[in-house]
Amino acid sequence: MSIVNEAKQAVRGAAMDVMEKAVALAPDSWMPGGEPDPLIRARHGSIGASIPRIDGPLKVRGAARFAAEFALDGMLYAALMFSTVPKGRIATLDTAAAEAAPGVALVMTHRNAPRMKPMPLFMTAEKADGGDNLPIMQDDRIHWNGQPIAVVLADTQEQADHAVSLISVTYEAEAALTSLATAKAKGTEPGLFLGQPLKAEKGDADAAFVNAPVRVDRRYSTPRHNHNAIEPHAATVAWQGDKLIVHDASQAVQHTAWSLGDVFGIAEEQVHVTSPFVGGGFGGKCLWQHQVLGAAASKLAGRPVRIALSREGVYRMIGGRTLTEQRFAIGAEPDGRFVALIHTGVAPTSRQNAFPEPFILPTMSSYGSPNIKLDVETVHLDMLANTFMRAPGESVGTFAMESAIDEMAVALGIDPVELRILNQPTEDPLKGTPFSSRHIAEAWRAGAERFGWSQRNPTAASMRDGEWLVGMGCATATYPYHRMPGGAARITLTRDGGARVEIAAHEMGMGTATAHTQVAAERLGLSRDQVTFAYGDSTLPGVVLAGGSQQTASIGASVIAAHHGLIKELLKLAGNDSPLAGLSADEVGTVNGGLAKLDDPSRHESYVSILTRSGRDHVAVEGSASAPLETMHWSMHSFGALFCEVGVNSVTGEIRVRRFLGSYDCGRILNPKTAASQFRGGIIMGLGLALMEETQFDERNGRVMNPSLSDYHVPVHLDVPEIDVIWTDIPDPRAPMGARGIGEIGITGVGAAVANAVFNATGKRIRDLPLTLDKLM
Amino acid sequence: MTPFDYSRAGDVAEALRLGGAAQAKFLGGGTNLVDLMRETIERPAALVDITRLPADIAEREGGGLLIGAAVRNTALAEHPAVRRRYPVLSRAILAGASAQIRNMATVGGNLLQRTRCPYFYDDAGSRCNKRNPGQGCDAIDGFNRNHAILGASEACVATHPSDMCVALAALDAVVHVEGGHGKRQMPFGELHRLPGDRPDQETTLQPGELITVIELPSQSIAARSTYRKVRDRSSYAFALVSVAAALKLDGGKVKDVRLALGGVAHKPWRALKAEQALRGGEATAEAFRAAAEAEFTDAAPLRDNAFKIELAKRTITAVLAELAGDAR
Repeated sequence: MSIVNEAKQAVRGAAMDVMEKAVALAPDSWMPGGEPDPLIRARHGSIGASIPRIDGPLKVRGAARFAAEFALDGMLYAALMFSTVPKGRIATLDTAAAEAAPGVALVMTHRNAPRMKPMPLFMTAEKADGGDNLPIMQDDRIHWNGQPIAVVLADTQEQADHAVSLISVTYEAEAALTSLATAKAKGTEPGLFLGQPLKAEKGDADAAFVNAPVRVDRRYSTPRHNHNAIEPHAATVAWQGDKLIVHDASQAVQHTAWSLGDVFGIAEEQVHVTSPFVGGGFGGKCLWQHQVLGAAASKLAGRPVRIALSREGVYRMIGGRTLTEQRFAIGAEPDGRFVALIHTGVAPTSRQNAFPEPFILPTMSSYGSPNIKLDVETVHLDMLANTFMRAPGESVGTFAMESAIDEMAVALGIDPVELRILNQPTEDPLKGTPFSSRHIAEAWRAGAERFGWSQRNPTAASMRDGEWLVGMGCATATYPYHRMPGGAARITLTRDGGARVEIAAHEMGMGTATAHTQVAAERLGLSRDQVTFAYGDSTLPGVVLAGGSQQTASIGASVIAAHHGLIKELLKLAGNDSPLAGLSADEVGTVNGGLAKLDDPSRHESYVSILTRSGRDHVAVEGSASAPLETMHWSMHSFGALFCEVGVNSVTGEIRVRRFLGSYDCGRILNPKTAASQFRGGIIMGLGLALMEETQFDERNGRVMNPSLSDYHVPVHLDVPEIDVIWTDIPDPRAPMGARGIGEIGITGVGAAVANAVFNATGKRIRDLPLTLDKLM
Repeated sequence: MTPFDYSRAGDVAEALRLGGAAQAKFLGGGTNLVDLMRETIERPAALVDITRLPADIAEREGGGLLIGAAVRNTALAEHPAVRRRYPVLSRAILAGASAQIRNMATVGGNLLQRTRCPYFYDDAGSRCNKRNPGQGCDAIDGFNRNHAILGASEACVATHPSDMCVALAALDAVVHVEGGHGKRQMPFGELHRLPGDRPDQETTLQPGELITVIELPSQSIAARSTYRKVRDRSSYAFALVSVAAALKLDGGKVKDVRLALGGVAHKPWRALKAEQALRGGEATAEAFRAAAEAEFTDAAPLRDNAFKIELAKRTITAVLAELAGDAR
């Protein structure tokens, strides 16, 4: 069946499965004693339906417009020149030939760029989302190898690219710090994450570890990674007077509007950022220098500008994940109970940002132990500012944690699944708060059963298939529930019976619009084809970062708040001539396209009737989400049990992943189809992290030497086996819709699951990612 | 990309005339040349499109095949005679690039593709003697996992990236060339050069010369041949080490053998020392390993690629054992 037909069928189905029971108002806070979201009890409606993405047909037809596909009258195309030294200053810069080249309108350098403030660094203000805080083309200083030093604007992209090659530049290079070993020798300093030290201590972990009967103490390392979204970063920019319009590829439209306003000294209302479709974000698509340079060059030229980075451009000026060197030590009793967990190490960052990869995050909540010590130290290198990337912290932190757990299982002679279940905490290991919902043991049992874990031979290097050594491994996946402040949404009901939900959220390919059309339909008692979900525009309400896997919770809580206001407004409009007369908001629910008394559905009036009787075309209500206090009262985390079977070639050391299964506990799953796709996509990224991804950062000069998809390896289809995905689907009573975000958990734990399977296959423990064949020969 | 003139040749004579212009380059599928032009490493003033030149695969008198230089990689790999009589060639081609690239790439162009050394590709930021003779080499002390372990020089440690050429080296292919001074033929092993102190000179072709035909001689040994490529992911990656081999046994002894290696040198590497050690000897795993050892006595590892010496030895041993197993 074609996707289009499938979509049509799904819509038809949606019209038929309108719920019969009224859904009460959801709580607008998640405090102890509060009721869970009533949508959790709605089991046979839109939520949980496996419907295809509503943007699928648009994308198949090529009709979904991405940032680099907005064509504006008189538009110029931008090309960038990047520095080739890591530190120093520009000595000479000759742009005459480029300026004289065919089609060139303008060459912008530090000599003629408009005066601008540096970008406000991410998280330094509510809506700050700059990747660094350096002056942008304001002086001749070079801060990293790959820094943009010139922008050429021309009538075509080809003319702009050619003109860049005609610019000649020389540098006065200065001694740069680009080697981690050299930097460490000079001393480390405490790593800060959002201003807080990345440290935690409970009990006396060092002493408990020394005295523990069974000990594992190992070093693990992970390399730099680069963002490789299928859509390279791009923006189409225009000035209308003192108003700036940016068609961006963004996971933070509201943040970017505010931050660009700050850079150019205009109010955030003067900046309009749109981002209707994003070809993958993964933490990399916030504000970087290219949007600023595009806007500055557009201002200078007085014409609209499209700035679309080449793949190399993404590597040169968009930060990725920094490298880590981690120690993980576990002390245990002979029965397997942990008495000490120590997770420490170093992750370098740059001088122009502050983001040491927070690899200790997974250890804060995964296992119980009376003694825990966590510590991230950092050093500052002269390099491109690193940033958030695909579960920052958890992705590489779980590699160390879950490898060490596997090593402990071997040392104890205990099955690694049982060891993990045995060490589950009864409350948050560090904060002592209760868990909102934690069903990891069920996930482990279900996954083990389905994968056939009992077939595994616990003795390493004991299974063979021709030239191939075969092994199975497992690991825990984990990611926290987040909901950031600032969420808000507007719901508009129209007299034709439709509803429009508006929020400045983002669709980056994961199915946001689809899932939240389902949720809104269910909450409003409408069919999905009656609901329009509008997003991706900074003029819409709400500050909703598509990051930290928090967007679903943020949108959910925002719509709940707007829903509250809407019901009150509708009751007012319904007045005394309605079957609803005299009822308060707490007594009614939404059902069958209108409101009904909760315990007497016969007292019902449709939205259309209410609007018609009150002479209104529409009713629109905006609501702001309650403060995210739930994470203060409960420890809220998602988990997964991962199982992997690998073959390792006994001749060449090549690894082939033969089977993979992820069994997740992430609360309620809103749409199994899009959810399975997100889990699988994350697992595939995890296979890349495990087997091949590595940025080749030349420590001699800080230059990235594999800035292309041919040299920076990500998995190809042949690297990806059948991936089975299951979930508990147990709602979290403390989360809107009972759903915790699933955007990032997929990648976590995968590196360790593969490495543990490789150990089971070969008896070789690889503690340094990626697991390339030379390490297994 | 630097602006250039484009023309399309209807026959070899026209191609030679157009290709004789200053700074002209022949354009096959463009799967490598256009990339290099985008990176401003190649800046031809003119491109002469030769994809309309003969693209036939013809039987040669007395056996063997004549392959037009404009034949696409996919067409060659899929040709029934190639699959039956020269399986090593079919497998080598299919181990390379992606289906889309193989559909575009021509046989002649494949022979002339250039190294994927990242320092060669980094025109803006790295030194390279191949790109700029005398400039120096940033690969020797840099990332060199994919670089040479045989036949390299102080000027250059790059490898030839082709898979197909490794099979052609093993098969004693003959390269037919035409130029301003007429036609000539050369054994495949004489087409590519080792880097020496002129790594910018990658082949022995004279300026303006055009590869017209690749000739595969009739070889009964080739019917039992194979190609094994070892790389950092399952597909779409260049070889760390690859082995093209053909083996003929006489009882328990090696009657004849062809062995060539990819990913190890500046040119497709015919393993003549190993072949010599094998010929007439026992067809045992020990003998195969000893022959592989003999080939690598002069191997010189770099910072990142010492493992390739052992990897190559193991892969040679396994490939020969596989062919010997098939033969018995």
